[in-house]
Amino acid sequence: MTLVRFLATRLATLAFVLLAVSFLTYALFVLLPADPAQLACGRPCTPERLETARAFMGLDKSVVEQWWDFLRGVFAGRTFGSANATLTCPSPCLGYSFVRNAPVTELIVGRFPVTASIAVGAAVLWLVVGVGAGAVAAVRRGTALDRGLMIAAITGVSAPSYLVGLLGILLFGFTLDMVPVAGYVPFATSPVDWAWHLVLPWTVLALLSAAIYTRLTRSQMLEELGSPYVRTARAKGLSERRVVTRHALRNAAVPVVTLFALDLGVLLGGTVITERVFSMPGLGALLMEAVGATDVPLLVGVTVFTAALVVVANLAVDVVHGALDPRVRHGGSSR
Amino acid sequence: MSIDRSAEMVGPATPAVTGSPTHRASLWRRLARDRFALAGGVVVVAYALVALAAPLVTRALGVDPYTYDLDALGPTGAPAGPAGGISSEHWFGVEPLTGRDLLAIVVMGSRTSLLVGLGATVVSMVVGTVLGLLAGYFGGWVDWVVARLIDVLVGLPALVFMIAIGAVAPGWFPRLLLLVLVIGLFGWSSIARVVRGQTMALRSAGFVRASRALGASPAHVLFRQVLPNLAATLVVFTTISIPGAIGAEAALSFLGVGVPPPTPSWGRSIGDAVTWFSVDPVYLIFPGLALFGITLAFNAFGDGLRDALDPRSAAPRRRKGGAR
Repeated sequence: MTLVRFLATRLATLAFVLLAVSFLTYALFVLLPADPAQLACGRPCTPERLETARAFMGLDKSVVEQWWDFLRGVFAGRTFGSANATLTCPSPCLGYSFVRNAPVTELIVGRFPVTASIAVGAAVLWLVVGVGAGAVAAVRRGTALDRGLMIAAITGVSAPSYLVGLLGILLFGFTLDMVPVAGYVPFATSPVDWAWHLVLPWTVLALLSAAIYTRLTRSQMLEELGSPYVRTARAKGLSERRVVTRHALRNAAVPVVTLFALDLGVLLGGTVITERVFSMPGLGALLMEAVGATDVPLLVGVTVFTAALVVVANLAVDVVHGALDPRVRHGGSSR
Repeated sequence: MSIDRSAEMVGPATPAVTGSPTHRASLWRRLARDRFALAGGVVVVAYALVALAAPLVTRALGVDPYTYDLDALGPTGAPAGPAGGISSEHWFGVEPLTGRDLLAIVVMGSRTSLLVGLGATVVSMVVGTVLGLLAGYFGGWVDWVVARLIDVLVGLPALVFMIAIGAVAPGWFPRLLLLVLVIGLFGWSSIARVVRGQTMALRSAGFVRASRALGASPAHVLFRQVLPNLAATLVVFTTISIPGAIGAEAALSFLGVGVPPPTPSWGRSIGDAVTWFSVDPVYLIFPGLALFGITLAFNAFGDGLRDALDPRSAAPRRRKGGAR
């Protein structure tokens, strides 16, 4: 029962956040003066032609109506224009890029695998490295290893990922010639080449984010290791390994999971930079191309899509969170 | 590389309520013992001095970030000579294509970085503190609204949003102000969350209840009774938010949607270096080191400050729910 309630609340929040985010994005971009109709109107751009272009793109309506059209398009698809000249954008339609003459959804689907490959690999690596290093530092508290790991962590937090990425390319790509310096190979083409091209981006993105997790895990672990239940577990005669992994680490993981949920948006932001540094054609690159061409529908579409990704992933993390910590399920606030 | 996350680090271990003079004295003693933090503080002060006196520094060195020096360039547009055109005239070498002095760009770039970093942090601190105070003190629907605002903010991929805003913002809007506002308004959620938690804890404290019973207005209670008790938390958050905001400015400039040329910016120089770094890695190194140095210094100092203000993070004990 409580689990159902928990999920229902989270789903309601999810729907609310998505609506708010899409509206914000929409309102912002419609209110700002970059005018897609003006760009598509061609030269000479007479007022009549501009009006026609506006009506064709649906820009002659109010912001709220445009937002509504956008939302409806996601579920029911959209048709631009009328009678003899129409463009169809099948559902789920995230808008239509008049600059590229293609539905935004199609463009996003084409680029998404690249971003997903970077983000998922980096996230796995950063959680494993971060939590592992944090737990080790806590268990070896006060030793040179602990101090070294903490200094490494604060250095990692401070280093800009693009700087480390570029230096990585310089060292491992150009000088040592160990890994490819740029580009992306689809998994289906060659899994080995796929991974080989991603090794450096994963490492760079993961190592820097891992630093924060190292610090958080360490402080949480120290707290758990000093708590009565750990003493009880030790008194029961459990092996130290079991006390650390099964008891302390599991409880220390709860705030780590919370932070991970908060960081998903950061991860996607990080892939924008990573894609730029390693010349990979993902969503971030698509976004930057949209920026370069002032392609507003594409900008809106990519922004709303990434926001949706973050929100949905947040829900997934919440469910994991609920599984780890019963207090979350029973209405206690976790944040 | 990010906006809000370094601030997350202080989330779980927020400082205890502090403020008495004896406490402050021991705070300085604890801070003075932490050499890493102290070094960070010294570096921060040095950067601030350079930024304040930047025009004097460049004049004293006889360099200027806006003057082209095409003689310093080779036939391809890359700096002439080895190591990025380092010479007695240009200590850090020159910018490819323009020949502008890199030392001058790095020195003047500190102004851009610190200005945006401080400005955006002020925006986040003010918004986060006010919303956190209101949510924690009044609870009910106010708390609900703030919580939903935070939900939306956390649901937004901040950098993606900032890039999009930077791309479509009208040209007449001052670019630095835009950066300060955008970075600041995306960075207040963790501050609000912590301030809310501490305010909730303080609401039931004796001195707050007493002043309410004496008929003090909510404004008086919030700003005169509760806020001073949050000083330690706010100081730590400020120190730790600044490098995040500096990193955000650099990241946006790196991507080409931050500070426009010719205003010097470390991030933009690093972004420009992407196309050059296989032939001219030196162009990447100096702005990169400058950016890394200030971020590391702020983080080291903020970290030490947090430990000094909160002995619990040094000697762990079961935490009470205050900061949740």
